Amino acid sequence: MSAFLEAKDLDAFYGQVQALHGLSLSMERGTITTLLGANGAGKTTTLRAICNMIRTSGTISLNGQRISGRSTERIVEMGVAHVPQGRGTFTTLSVDENLRLGAMTRTDHRGIEDDIEKMFARFPILKKRRSQQAGTLSGGEQQMLAVARALMLRPQLMLLDEPSFGLAPLVVQELFEILGQVNRDDGVSILVVEQNAQLALKIATKAYVIASGRIAMSGAAEEIAQDDEVRKSYLGY
Amino acid sequence: MELLIGQTLSGLANGAIYACIALALVMIYKTIDHLNIAQGEMAMISTFFAWQLMEWGVPYWPAFFLTIFVAFCGGVAIDRVLFRPLAKAPVLTHLAGFVALFMILNSVAGLVWDFTIKPFPYPFGTSPFLGSSLISTHQAAMIGISMVLLFLLYLFFQFTRIGLAMRAAATLPESARLVGIRTGRMVSLGWGMASAIGAVAGMLIAPVVFLEPNMMAGILLYGFAAAVLGGLSSPAGAVAGGLLVGVFENLVGTFVPGVGHEIKLPLALALIIAVLALKPNGLFGRKITQRV
Repeated sequence: MSAFLEAKDLDAFYGQVQALHGLSLSMERGTITTLLGANGAGKTTTLRAICNMIRTSGTISLNGQRISGRSTERIVEMGVAHVPQGRGTFTTLSVDENLRLGAMTRTDHRGIEDDIEKMFARFPILKKRRSQQAGTLSGGEQQMLAVARALMLRPQLMLLDEPSFGLAPLVVQELFEILGQVNRDDGVSILVVEQNAQLALKIATKAYVIASGRIAMSGAAEEIAQDDEVRKSYLGY
Repeated sequence: MELLIGQTLSGLANGAIYACIALALVMIYKTIDHLNIAQGEMAMISTFFAWQLMEWGVPYWPAFFLTIFVAFCGGVAIDRVLFRPLAKAPVLTHLAGFVALFMILNSVAGLVWDFTIKPFPYPFGTSPFLGSSLISTHQAAMIGISMVLLFLLYLFFQFTRIGLAMRAAATLPESARLVGIRTGRMVSLGWGMASAIGAVAGMLIAPVVFLEPNMMAGILLYGFAAAVLGGLSSPAGAVAGGLLVGVFENLVGTFVPGVGHEIKLPLALALIIAVLALKPNGLFGRKITQRV
């Protein structure tokens, strides 16, 4: 059986600069996988490569279907929700409009309305802020909005780029609990890039450590968490 | 008093046209971050197209709507052929593109239809509006048609999925692509709509300024003034700015001694400079509130 998400031999380039060097990774359906590594190691680039937002060679497949070479919009339509670094919130639009944008590729009008209500039940703060400009939300609220927006796609796979960035520790805790729920209850597979390795390793089943655009190490999250060598050399805690 | 009301109303009539041009400018500015100085020439060519249709015997209204459609397609074509390849090019390249478009459209119009002025028909004639001496039927039509058009656009942007997608693509193209919006199409749509709005403005103002290749030069300047006054990023501001500029221009031209017809245009330029110096975001170009 082939993996749910499978990337093989990815080379990615920012202009002339090569950021990924033959990177390969795979993840199983319904799991949380985390990408760890220092700044500039290529974590964000890997996510961008999966969504074809950067010049990339190599093959990527989702559910055995090849997605590499397809346009970003098409990959999104296939059920890949990518919350980029900085959350990608449409700050000048309302919370409600942000949620609707998340469902842009769907055409089931009723289903969309239902899902918006579901998001409001799950994130009550968003209901309160419903018609408020998204830019006026706090960082934590914006991150909740970003997750809710991604869920509006009814994704198979969610790509999260440093969701804990700039958030207070308590909010980060809450966020990761929610991500766990999303994974368990909605059956969404999650590939998450994190600086906060400790936390990410707690919710993930599998981890990849990236260094200089290559996979330096991979394995079960628990093992990586306990490997002192890895911790000191790559994760810095 | 009568004079004041009359002049205000006819100011609103001109202002409605400036509002349309300003809105077209703002739409393109918001989608590609550049000011389309060829907007007036695009409107002029569309108006010539309408005139040609009528010369061939097409009645006014079919020609009017056919022109809007063709202008829309023309706008899309300009995006695809000229500006999409320039999408990542620096500002000066864009400027050169706009200047080229301006010159090409202007010269082609001159070549095909020559530079002599031509009369353009009024859709409803010029009799006093509802028997009132304050405003003519055509001025009322200029206000009425523009306002209906602007209202429809408001509904489109505020309440339809494509409208929302266009707003999203204009503010954050990368995020828009990540929710599956085909941003390239949204830019083309923006060009098409801006061109169509310009066509309406051109056809409404042509009976007043007469049809010739340079007919939009002044109108475009007023449109710029309106867009700058309203704040380049605000569609509602562009409309309000257009109406204000129209009324301002007319009242100053009438009541301030020494400001005749010749000085009105420099007034528009003075207004641009004043706004940029005193309130660079314009009246309505609000600063976006944001917490990080």
